[in-house]
Amino acid sequence: MLAERDDVTLLAGGTDAMVEINDGHRRPQGPVVAVNRIPDLRSWRHDRAAGTLTIGACVTYTELMDPAIATLVPALAEASRTVGSPQIRNAGTLGGNLGTCSPAGDGLPVLAALDATVTLASRSGTRTMPVTEFMVGVKRTAIEPGELITEVTLPVVDGWQGYAKVGVRNAMVIAIASTCVVFDRAAQTVRVALGSVGPTILRCPDAEAHLASHVDWNTMSAAADDLDRFGTLVSDASRPITDHRSSAEYRRHAVGVLARRLAQRAATPAGPPGAPA
Amino acid sequence: MTIVEETATTGTARHGALGTSPTRPDGVAKVQGSFEFSSDISADGCLWGATLRSPHPYARIVSIDPSAAWQIDGVQAVITAEDVPGQMTYGLISQDQPVFAGDVVRYVGEPVAAVAADDPETCRRAIEALAVEYEVLDPLTDAEAAIAGDHPPIHPDGNVIRHQRIVCGDPDATGEVVVEGTYEIGMQDQAFLGLEAALAIPDPGGKGVELHIATQWLHEDRAQIAACLGLPEDAVRLVLGGVGGAFGAREDISLQVHTCLLALRLARPVRMAYSRAESFLGHVHRHPATIWMRHHATGTGEIVKIESRMVFDGGAYASTSSAVLVNAITLAQGPYRCPNAVVDGWAVRTNHLPCGAMRGFGAVQACFAYETQMDRLAAACDVDPVDLRILNAMRTGDTLITGQPVLNVAPVAECIRETAALPLPDEPVGGAPMPDGGPDVMKLPGGAGRTADASNIVRGIGWGASIKNLMYSEAFDDYSTARCRIEDGVVTLKFATAEVGQGFVTLAPQIARTVLGIDDVRLDRIDTLIGSSGSTSASRQTWMSGGAVNAACLAVRAKIFEHVASSNGLDAETLLIDGTDIVEPATGWRQDAVEACAGQTFDETAEYHHPPTTELDEHGQGSPHTAFAFVAHRAVVDVDPDLGLVKVVQIATAQDVGRALNPLSVIGQIEGGIAQGLGLAVMEEIIQIDGVIRNGNFTDYLLPTFLDMPPVVATLIEEPDPLAPLGAKGVGEPPTISSTPAIVAAIRDALRQVDGVGKPLHRVPVRPGDICL
Repeated sequence: MLAERDDVTLLAGGTDAMVEINDGHRRPQGPVVAVNRIPDLRSWRHDRAAGTLTIGACVTYTELMDPAIATLVPALAEASRTVGSPQIRNAGTLGGNLGTCSPAGDGLPVLAALDATVTLASRSGTRTMPVTEFMVGVKRTAIEPGELITEVTLPVVDGWQGYAKVGVRNAMVIAIASTCVVFDRAAQTVRVALGSVGPTILRCPDAEAHLASHVDWNTMSAAADDLDRFGTLVSDASRPITDHRSSAEYRRHAVGVLARRLAQRAATPAGPPGAPA
Repeated sequence: MTIVEETATTGTARHGALGTSPTRPDGVAKVQGSFEFSSDISADGCLWGATLRSPHPYARIVSIDPSAAWQIDGVQAVITAEDVPGQMTYGLISQDQPVFAGDVVRYVGEPVAAVAADDPETCRRAIEALAVEYEVLDPLTDAEAAIAGDHPPIHPDGNVIRHQRIVCGDPDATGEVVVEGTYEIGMQDQAFLGLEAALAIPDPGGKGVELHIATQWLHEDRAQIAACLGLPEDAVRLVLGGVGGAFGAREDISLQVHTCLLALRLARPVRMAYSRAESFLGHVHRHPATIWMRHHATGTGEIVKIESRMVFDGGAYASTSSAVLVNAITLAQGPYRCPNAVVDGWAVRTNHLPCGAMRGFGAVQACFAYETQMDRLAAACDVDPVDLRILNAMRTGDTLITGQPVLNVAPVAECIRETAALPLPDEPVGGAPMPDGGPDVMKLPGGAGRTADASNIVRGIGWGASIKNLMYSEAFDDYSTARCRIEDGVVTLKFATAEVGQGFVTLAPQIARTVLGIDDVRLDRIDTLIGSSGSTSASRQTWMSGGAVNAACLAVRAKIFEHVASSNGLDAETLLIDGTDIVEPATGWRQDAVEACAGQTFDETAEYHHPPTTELDEHGQGSPHTAFAFVAHRAVVDVDPDLGLVKVVQIATAQDVGRALNPLSVIGQIEGGIAQGLGLAVMEEIIQIDGVIRNGNFTDYLLPTFLDMPPVVATLIEEPDPLAPLGAKGVGEPPTISSTPAIVAAIRDALRQVDGVGKPLHRVPVRPGDICL
């Protein structure tokens, strides 16, 4: 059907699309097809040899919080916990998050920080691309007509990773700034991705390089000055706007604070606060 | 959450009588999802209506072309201002708001036309197909420009809705200590969950109409609807539809006239129902306000004089702006003695969304200013903020700055002391340690976003106290009517009191059981087939409709006593109700009340009026208010100073309730009111840019959730008010009023601990950037 007509709306949970439809911002002209019960899209697999985790597009946020996945990609579980309410997390999916491609999409900074790849299927076959290339702009992706997001593959990284998100409510809130930090002990790299501070998810090469060269890779700790500098470089990498949700100034400030705190958590033996998500 | 002892008020009251907390009659249905809200009401063969709204804050309507809409299959009617048969405008105080915009639209969302069609989707397409040509005009979005006369009038009634001064005592008095500030309050939405909805059923021949509607005041709606329809009032019958919250937003007309017009035009039932986005446009909001205030005090902190200038942005139409303004200026001193005052109040018209009633009604805005001032005064005098408030606390017999004596019980100092005596939270920042030894992230500011570690957080404590007038003001006789009928030992009560969630449907039977000694009490339909009950607002229904039900039951009881006396050779004057018996104490004669009424029918209707009040004179002097209630709040908050995020940890409160007729309902009002006060303190605000609403949805207009709402510890100050018919004061509004400044004061306290200076935080809601940038 996807190959034959260009007016199909795909639902992978519908937590974004239905809001847009109910608000009158979107009016599907053709069929609306819910894909979230397709078994192949609902499964995930851990390839130990390759050190990768492949997650079907219709795996829900609730499932991503399950310890089986959460222990492999803790940051993705933390990000999933910040999505909406339990009902929304039971419906919303990672593939839907990618399909909408909002800069405030909670799962997307984690995928960007982990250099995840997205697999797209169409009648003519499949193709795979880095998630950072898949996300083109505000709610714009590289998906072609007739293509379906089938899965996401990301590396299982040795090292601390975490996600934090600022909203003006203590839960069930859209991100006004979010940050994911990943320490890759094997590669001795640090990766940082930011949400809600640019047209799409942003990486922070300068901040990443700075911290990677100043962190003690045995303890994953860094000097206070270096953490400060890291936070500043992250703020510098952001490209936020002012809108009704927040000011550019606050968003720029917030991602720096979040990045510094996340980097500090990496070195805290007890890890991040609270029980694992 | 708070727990109230069932026996808090009257240790021996039988269950279901006054002082106990019987279950709400609609409680189970609401919890199970089977309660019929007004949006659930339908009728055979009913059509749907929808509204076309202005996209511009200010524009001239050049033309409306409905031809494309008529091409759509299923469209049954298109109506505009030309189709209004009666009065073209409506309004609660002045009738300045058009049923449909005629030549000019004055706010984004103003109704321009309505359609009726076979189903909602056809309605939507018809609305889209209506072609309206506008000539866009320069909007007035600055309240000061409205005062200054810098903008041509946007309405024939002018750009100033009301200007009122108060001059009290010696306007030139000065104090040793002077503190001043300018405070801003953002526009809050009532955000009730049950959206506006109605069903209109026309009478045959178009001679009248029956409207099922979620509203706060059936009779006032009826008067305005009938005038616009050009029908006599008794041709318009209103029936209360299930109401899912109100908070002031259902005082004004929204879809009532439109629904009736469509139904009468088509001679078929029509229902209308707003979406959430439309609801933000379709009802009035809390006034945004700018308040400058200066306090003069003695060196020890005793208030000598207040000066204030208050500017309330009423938006495009007057609604209740003038009454909201009067509340704010007449209560500017707060619950404190103040011998001298000069207050200047303005309510102005702009091209913003119209503003009107919301829980607290002007007292909220004033309180944020005067309570912030009280903290500044305490700091300037180096006095503890609690001691300063107690030092100035109003007592019975003290006067308002209007010269009106406060005749009600006024336990202000008791409220403050009892609040201070309540235990502080015993959990540390982040709550009790989790199994892994870390804090509970959900109890830290930022919550699920995992933004903070416990070491980032500072805890602060803040105070607030407030005064609220109960009932309507300024010479308005907002009486209430009730009917009590006993037949075969069963009591039936009839009234038009809108049940909007506050619990009058629980309270009214409690009154009847107590007065009559009969447990089987039923409620008739709430509609306009009886006299007015006034509005469910201004914390007034327990007092007013409670007074009316009480009076009707007492009238019936007198008849029962006469009957019993004549049947048994007793003197009616000596009879009393004891539990479920009628007794003559002197002789020990006793009979079950139901048995005593066997075979008899008694039917009495009563009105309850409060004592008259007066208008304000040109100096703002007079006795405009009916009664007063007081409350104190203490907030404990955890603040993340670097990210500007806040977690309210606990609210403690002691409230002057007179007498708790249903303690659980009182606590419900206290907790709900505090949640709304918390929302205004840290998150709830309608954002308009150049007159266009930017966050009219629940993604961006944030309400506190369960995770944001802290435990409430409450003490009820029960000193029955001799002026109240049942000794009970209204309790709905006070919780909202001073919880907001208490929370903001607590944030300031936390920030002061960080650097010794802190932040002024003169604006609510407090935004993260206000704290950390």
